[in-house]
Amino acid sequence: MKNAAAKKEAALVKTRDLLRFTTAGSVDDGKSTLIGRMLHDSKQIFQDQLDQLAAVSKLRGDEKVDLALLTDGLRAEREQGITIDVAYRYFSTTRRKFIIADTPGHEQYTRNMVTGASTADLAILLIDARNGVLTQSKRHGIIASLLGIPHVVVCINKMDLVDYSKERFDEIVQEYKEFALKLNVKDLEFIPVSALMGDNVVSRSSNTPWYEGLPLLQFMESVTISADRNLVDFRFPVQYVIRPHQDFRGFSGSVVSGTIRVGEEVIALPSMQHSRVKGVHFYKKEFQEATEGQSVILTLEDEIDISRGDMIVRRQNIPHVENEFEAILVWMDERHDLSTENRYILQHTTQTTQAFVDEVVYQLDVNSLHRAAATTLSLNEIGRVKVTTARQLFFDPYDRNRWTGGFILIDPDDFRTVASGTIRHSSRSTIDELKKKQRKERLETDAPPREIQWDPGLVALEDRVRKNGHKPLCIWLTGLHGAGKSTIGQQVEKKLFDRGCQVVRLDNENVRRGLNADLDHTRVDREEYVRRVGHLCRLLYDYGNVVICTFASPLKSERARVRSMFTEQTFVEVHVDVSLTEAERRDSKGVYEQARGGKARGLAGVDVPYESPVDPELRLDAERCDAINNAERVIEFISELI
Amino acid sequence: MSQYFRDTLDILEAEAIYLIREVAAQFERPVMLFSGGKDSILMSYLAHKAFWPGKIPFPLMHIDTGHNFDETLSFRDQWMKQIGATLIVRLVEDSIRLGRVKEEEGPNPSRNALQTVTLLDALSEYKFDCALGGARRDEEKARAKERFFSFRDRFGQWDPKNQRPELWNLYNGMKRPGEHIRAFPISNWTELDVWQYIQRENLEMPMLYFTHQREIVRRGNVILALGAYNTLLEGECSENAWVRFRTIGDMTCTGATESRAECLQDIVNEIAATRVTERGGRADDQRSEAAMEDRKKRGYF
Ligand SMILES: Nc1nc2c(ncn2[C@@H]2O[C@H](COP(=O)(O)OP(=O)(O)O)[C@@H](O)[C@H]2O)c(=O)[nH]1
Repeated sequence: MKNAAAKKEAALVKTRDLLRFTTAGSVDDGKSTLIGRMLHDSKQIFQDQLDQLAAVSKLRGDEKVDLALLTDGLRAEREQGITIDVAYRYFSTTRRKFIIADTPGHEQYTRNMVTGASTADLAILLIDARNGVLTQSKRHGIIASLLGIPHVVVCINKMDLVDYSKERFDEIVQEYKEFALKLNVKDLEFIPVSALMGDNVVSRSSNTPWYEGLPLLQFMESVTISADRNLVDFRFPVQYVIRPHQDFRGFSGSVVSGTIRVGEEVIALPSMQHSRVKGVHFYKKEFQEATEGQSVILTLEDEIDISRGDMIVRRQNIPHVENEFEAILVWMDERHDLSTENRYILQHTTQTTQAFVDEVVYQLDVNSLHRAAATTLSLNEIGRVKVTTARQLFFDPYDRNRWTGGFILIDPDDFRTVASGTIRHSSRSTIDELKKKQRKERLETDAPPREIQWDPGLVALEDRVRKNGHKPLCIWLTGLHGAGKSTIGQQVEKKLFDRGCQVVRLDNENVRRGLNADLDHTRVDREEYVRRVGHLCRLLYDYGNVVICTFASPLKSERARVRSMFTEQTFVEVHVDVSLTEAERRDSKGVYEQARGGKARGLAGVDVPYESPVDPELRLDAERCDAINNAERVIEFISELI
Repeated sequence: MSQYFRDTLDILEAEAIYLIREVAAQFERPVMLFSGGKDSILMSYLAHKAFWPGKIPFPLMHIDTGHNFDETLSFRDQWMKQIGATLIVRLVEDSIRLGRVKEEEGPNPSRNALQTVTLLDALSEYKFDCALGGARRDEEKARAKERFFSFRDRFGQWDPKNQRPELWNLYNGMKRPGEHIRAFPISNWTELDVWQYIQRENLEMPMLYFTHQREIVRRGNVILALGAYNTLLEGECSENAWVRFRTIGDMTCTGATESRAECLQDIVNEIAATRVTERGGRADDQRSEAAMEDRKKRGYF
């Protein structure tokens, strides 16, 4: 008979999913008893464990077997009679496997509660029916909310000691619900239980006929957790590159959210290079699709450079790529407090980088949600902070994505984990975000918005030409860093100025100071760089100037974009041509060396290819001719155009 | 059922593979410990899967107590070939000969405790900075608080008070020279999960896990196999019984259970219905209630 039941069980378990939950309660609320009761009543306790419990209970002089002893591990704790760390337990029913992260509820152990909560689908909070809603009960709710646990079940325990009173239960529910309005909890349930007697734990109790909901275990078996998964935002932090032979280059990792199909267009961060998914591999099989939670290997159609710490995402759905953001930090180190002077190591997805906590915006009282001014955080304290990292992180706000929104801080001296953080948003304000989005859209089209008209003013271009005595023109010098663009540009400017020309010069050094100070070397930002300079150039042209531009502009597409803003004969592309070796030899600032050492990025010829112009208006041999001569050639060439 | 439904085994498998890859990525010289038992077989199989079509990028190591069942070593060598892994073997025997440890006194000495020294010696010999182990949290109470990445100081000791909090899927494997990490990728698996997975993947397992007839002795409530390293004590008598093993370790202290389970399905059924824990049959754990915790503090796995 027993065997038949077991066979049935074995057949059913094949489609069992997994629910991770955490429990929190104050000392003596009955948390250990409740877990013990669940394990016991769902027949998860083995005979030898029970025998051991009975022996220990007897030794202690208890009459009954104390179920609380089941969940109580280390000796130090046993002596103090409390649980102090996170302990994991397992049990399963025919429908689900459960992993319990059992953590103590005292304020002193906020760190453990946070740890247990970080992966939980559900939290059980215990309230002693006699005591009602205490500060601790609120704290547990606040932590569940901060860590984004989607389902919270408040078990109002020891109902046997309040005569299973419906009034008492309702009163507590009412009070907690009011408080919970301030929290971010999707699903909040209340169950009247007696852990000691077993009421409403595994089966419905006849002592609470007024209670219409499910008993605890049934509730946990039936709560829907699939809807909590983020199946929208495809995020694939690369863990490890697998390259067994020349023909296979796979990126292994876990799909932390979203889904991706073979053939879909993806982009690699931070390089911003595009490709398509060629294959989804796992062991000896290939799949059409990879989904949230799977550990797989992706191959791409193009050979693009990707390593651990990079992230593969969908082209149309990119996370934040920033190195400044605001976060809620939980301090977990008992030895040192947070210091805004210290450099920490920050671990996020599969990347580690250095970080500073620049500022504590406020400290959060975990008992009341009250905000107070603070300059530091100590063990178990929680605060909102501003963080700057050395490398950019690819993140989503934690409410949207736990796996790309959470990070830890590590002490660089002894490598202890000192804090955990949940990213709220990037430091740029939402208005900036909007602008950035528009900027990206603008990049795609580059056409002026239809509703905005050009204002001709009262001075026409013809008037300016007449006054200046020459036509406007754009001279665009392109070439490697060190080729001599700036020197030639300066000479041309001086010569034209001396002739009485209306001339201006735009140089990398000068636009980086303000106009383009916010841009870095990612592809998106480089495109934006050229776009801005191009439009500025065009404006200056429209006001009658001869504009000299000296930007490396290594990509054909970048130069073509600027050229498209001008008509023929008004734009002169000048290639300042020099070999990479020579350019590097002339480099006095050590820029190439830095780029090769990975300390500078976006340098043409090193980590960005330099695409020589095929058909420039003018090509200068900067290898053999000096700047003065080359400047003369430019003047000669443009004389007929202005 | 939705196409995105993933059952427990899928989730546990993905989690273990993620962890094994983290170890390969974060450490310079990792090693995977292999005892010959089902958990080691499972863990090494998961590593094999994790890097396919590449090879497992670290060696496996067996600390051999010398008290093996005959089948264990031949199965081990065959298995390594099958998964294409490199195996290192270190013998407790050598540690005894070199005077690093002393054999226990008395009849049928157990070498379970001695292997810790051989292990620590081997770890420093090869300068391994991370050792992957197949321990599971459901095995024993003291294991319930074990981290996925368990930090050991320069003496190989585990300090329950000095473990790093583990949040989300972020595992901090940084350490100073001499310190190392033990990583437990199958922490969240229960005995039933292990067998269901083995059944699902249809892995071949050592015959010791299936029912067979053997000479045994009942000592306390433990059933021990008789053999060269395990002989009858005074006043004991042997019997012939149908048994199988739930764990395979040092012969002197690995208890058998009476069972007629012939195939993987039988084992799954048996475990789903069992009323005794896996370690209930281990003689060494029964010596004291805090036995495991004490051994762990000294560096045992
Ligand atoms: N009457 C009654 N006592 C309970 C109940 N649940 C737990 N207790 C008792 O409350 C005390 C503390 O319980 P324990 O589970 O150790 O609390 P923990 O500190 O939250 O783990 C023990 O004496 C339990 O027997 C209950 O539902 N009713």
